[in-house]
Amino acid sequence: MQQTAPSHHRRSLAYSASGDRVFSVIIALLASGVLILAVLMAWELYSGGADPIRRFGLLGFLTGTEWDPVIKKQFGAWPYVLGTILTSIGALLLSFFPALGAAIYAAEYAPRPVAVVINYLLDLTAAVPSVIYGLWGIFIMAPFLRDHFYLPTYLWAANHAPGLLPFLGNPSGYGLLTAILILAAMVVPFTAALARDAIALVPAPQREAAYALGATRWEVMQMAVLPLSRTGIIAGAFLALGRALGETMAVTMVIGNSHKLPYTLFGGAATMPSVIANEFTEAVEPLHLESLIALGFYLFIVALVLNIVGGLIIRRQAALARGVL
Amino acid sequence: MEETSVPKFFMRDGALELSSTKELVHLEARDLSVYYGKRVGVGRVNLSLYRNRVTAFIGPSGCGKTTFLRSLNRMHDLTPNVRVQGQVLLDGSDIYGPGTDPIQIRRRIGMVFQKPTAFPTLSVYDNVVAGLKMVGLRDRKRLDEAAERSLQQAALWDEVKDRLRAPAAGLSGGQQQRLTIARALAVEPEILLMDEPTASLDPISTQAIEDLLGTLKQQVTIAIVTHNMQQAARISDYTAYFLNGELIEMDSTSKMFTKPNDKRTEAYITGRFG
Repeated sequence: MQQTAPSHHRRSLAYSASGDRVFSVIIALLASGVLILAVLMAWELYSGGADPIRRFGLLGFLTGTEWDPVIKKQFGAWPYVLGTILTSIGALLLSFFPALGAAIYAAEYAPRPVAVVINYLLDLTAAVPSVIYGLWGIFIMAPFLRDHFYLPTYLWAANHAPGLLPFLGNPSGYGLLTAILILAAMVVPFTAALARDAIALVPAPQREAAYALGATRWEVMQMAVLPLSRTGIIAGAFLALGRALGETMAVTMVIGNSHKLPYTLFGGAATMPSVIANEFTEAVEPLHLESLIALGFYLFIVALVLNIVGGLIIRRQAALARGVL
Repeated sequence: MEETSVPKFFMRDGALELSSTKELVHLEARDLSVYYGKRVGVGRVNLSLYRNRVTAFIGPSGCGKTTFLRSLNRMHDLTPNVRVQGQVLLDGSDIYGPGTDPIQIRRRIGMVFQKPTAFPTLSVYDNVVAGLKMVGLRDRKRLDEAAERSLQQAALWDEVKDRLRAPAAGLSGGQQQRLTIARALAVEPEILLMDEPTASLDPISTQAIEDLLGTLKQQVTIAIVTHNMQQAARISDYTAYFLNGELIEMDSTSKMFTKPNDKRTEAYITGRFG
């Protein structure tokens, strides 16, 4: 089509829009800068971590259970991979339904002023720096859990079911469960905001159609709203998972930082981001530092994949919602 | 509650000359006004829908005909800042009266919208029986019968009988619209409100739906908003003309299209305006 356009027309267009041209070139350069940055980051992480990946194997590095920078100089990331999986999946499971409930309430049930407040608070809590969550976790949540939940449970188990003790672990307050709980609190606003947006995408005529059939609010949700927003809600969960995987500061502050397997419910654990944050300052051995960078590489890839998948699902849902308009 | 005692010969045809006979009022709006905030959407409308008749609402865009239609089954309850005043009597009792459940009202007064609103992820079958499942009907056989009967009524059965389990999103726009009509009919409403049901459809689907109305009115009372005056003339027994949020006049369709009482109606119908 463009080739067949008369040439004088195209020239005059270019002439009148020369300012536009310059501007579009500039923003194209800036935009490609972001892309280049991402590619360079992936490349740097890969080349920086290539040595341990080659030495222990692409999968062997992930599945090796020994992380010993001092004596054996052996680097297997499994304790951190496991810790990351446990904390992020655990956080997702704990946060998903409360977040969905908040989203449904804010989008469909709450009176207008209440919905405004909820939405504002969701956005606000999503923006609180994670170190604040961490501080709160260290000074308030962890001691509280220790005194009112971990210790009583531990003492009860010691008296009545000593078989459970090895699974419970040291009830110091700083450990796996505390990390899961704080992560769950952190991803709730994230999941809820995305679910709310997915629900809002459902076209009003779909809702009205259900109401016109004599549906109650819940039936409208069930029949018209949730089927159409389901994919978007799931995509939100993916993105929240990506966030939970990469969350560093708050987790590092409360997880107890122990990579001794097997992990216990109350006892210390560690995640990929937390070990990077903890060890990079004292990683004097090149192989140690490179192993940390390799961890970063894997994290980068997983986060990338989760974000791409989540983004694709959200786009598909938006298209579906438009398609039925 | 009035009993239907319409003689058989009434039912066969919505014949125009019958308008002189005593008609049975099914739904009556009394001094009905709808406000959007402070703005008046429709003001003080008095209008009756007659049992087993098709009443068309015509008028230029923004004249309030859709606003009025939506007040007849309390759809405005769902929109904030909309206020309805006056009465709508369904068989003599006010649907806005205290203690009236809008959900029950909407089960008796169904609605079909301008754009097809089939639930795209549900199957054709589940779309049709959605309303029945809501009222707790679980019996497979009765659901099947209701689905077939409603799809027959909506002139869609032959086209979808082999793909009842397929998602409704796969149907064409015209089929989806007939599916929403079947869905509305499945709960056996007494009255069906249709808001420009053919506005987004091709001529063939439009024809199918128009043909449908002639037979449907044997079971239900129909009110239809339309932009298309030929359509109003073809399918309705009564026509109501709205302008600027007011009901200008309502009469039998033959009278409205030949010798309307009001100059404004005449201007609109003859195409000099609107």
